[in-house]
Amino acid sequence: MDWNFIIFSAVKIAVVIGVVQGMVAYAVLAERKISAWIQDRVGPNRTAPPFAKHIPVLGRLLTRLGMFQPLADGLKFMFKEDFTPAGVRKIYFFLAPAIAVIPAMLTVAVIPFGSVLGGQKMVIADLNVGILYTFGIVSLGVYGIVLAGYAANSKFPFLGGIRSSAQMISYEISMGLSVIPVLLIVGNLNLGQIIGWQAQHGWLILYAPLAFVIFLVASFAETNRLPFDLPEAETELVGGYHTEYGSMKFALFFLGEYSNMIASSGMMVTLFFGGWTLPFWGLDHPAATLVSGIIHILIFLVKMAAFIVLFIWVRWMFPRFRYDQLMDLGWRRFLPLALVNILITAIILWMRA
Amino acid sequence: MIVNRKPLTFWERLYLPAIVGGLKVTLKHAYATLFERKVVTMEYPEQKWAVPPDYRGAPYLVKDQEGHTKCVSCQLCEFVCPPKAIRITPPGTAGQPADRTNAEKMPAEFEINMLRCIFCGFCQEVCPEEAIFLQKDYSLVGSSRAEMIYNKEKLLALGGTHAGVQKWKLKLEEAHAQENFPVKP
Repeated sequence: MDWNFIIFSAVKIAVVIGVVQGMVAYAVLAERKISAWIQDRVGPNRTAPPFAKHIPVLGRLLTRLGMFQPLADGLKFMFKEDFTPAGVRKIYFFLAPAIAVIPAMLTVAVIPFGSVLGGQKMVIADLNVGILYTFGIVSLGVYGIVLAGYAANSKFPFLGGIRSSAQMISYEISMGLSVIPVLLIVGNLNLGQIIGWQAQHGWLILYAPLAFVIFLVASFAETNRLPFDLPEAETELVGGYHTEYGSMKFALFFLGEYSNMIASSGMMVTLFFGGWTLPFWGLDHPAATLVSGIIHILIFLVKMAAFIVLFIWVRWMFPRFRYDQLMDLGWRRFLPLALVNILITAIILWMRA
Repeated sequence: MIVNRKPLTFWERLYLPAIVGGLKVTLKHAYATLFERKVVTMEYPEQKWAVPPDYRGAPYLVKDQEGHTKCVSCQLCEFVCPPKAIRITPPGTAGQPADRTNAEKMPAEFEINMLRCIFCGFCQEVCPEEAIFLQKDYSLVGSSRAEMIYNKEKLLALGGTHAGVQKWKLKLEEAHAQENFPVKP
């Protein structure tokens, strides 16, 4: 075993998990701020540590932007009483939040978040079957929710869990099928190679726009975001699958949901928007210097942030789908569309060959 | 009554125009909030709303223009108070006399428990001397229950001066007029 590899991988894993957690915290803040702006409000603008008011301009600005809010939220979750309701199935009740978070974190492992930095490839696991791995892990995410619904021994979480299992399985099919045209065009399952192909030939959104639309909608459904948030429909199911959870366990579900969002944003950037590349200023080649390596990482983060903002924006715009409409959309619209898309792409590629 | 729904056109069924419309509306609102400062939020401790003139806030005792206590300790407000928030200690026979003319007595102690008060305004309505008024205070704070029981000094200090008619003055003038009624010889 190569010690270099182990050490560098460990460092990369630690940094990536740290960054993802930080992004989750600030995605929650972004969610609150953007929702406030859309609804003509100001959003969180009070929370600040005592020293903030002594910093001349910056302190006030950060406070008004709510930059300290995530810290307060995190502390609150940590110090809240960890209450276990009577009658829950204890083992599953404790297991479910962990199972909800772990797949979300694992998905990030194969996404190349940068080119090269100090001779190291900026991806935790450079798998040859990156996309397959992602779909395998993503489909595990449903277990956290289903287990939570089952373990709580209460009817609303149970309904949420059932809804979630049906929904996620349905949309996973469309999601998986929507990526196949991309794979047909590129001819490779390695995400790094897909980005390399896009650097040469242009972003894949230009080649497979329909695949992108299906993938986008399916990822909204997979992450339980608003037009499809039936598993946690507040108005129907109290809180959905996490009704009986509190304190840090509840926060873990939150973490899982937002990590999923971040991971699927990363997937969309990688698959359709050229990952860490930009088609001008020579930014589409693997970095030779430290600075350009960092610029590549920043490009990736900015693209990802744009998708997270889209996720949040859509949430505060749409009413929720009815359950039968959701299933109808998944099975009778997107599934045939994805199949036709595969067929058309295959025919075009065959004609060209 | 049955309202027939128009069947959706193909364009409408595509769902995309609705999405674009939604994005437009939300973007417009976000823009107005961010750049035109059209915010509905009132940031409370810094900004406060204008209290309307007929507002029923906390009941306080008032003084007349000369700085005398108007309350005559008749205990009508104590009697009418639905949550029994008012407690009046009358001066008794050996107590302090009233600090103004034409009044028999004034309360030795006058307490309003602001935790019990429901701001109904019955005390103001029932008071024959116009001595207690519901004023504009709405955020009463204290760090203990005892602190929320306002005594006479506090109520008088918070109440201020009432610039109304001085009933007893009119009566005094009337009495003088009666006495000095010019009898025709």
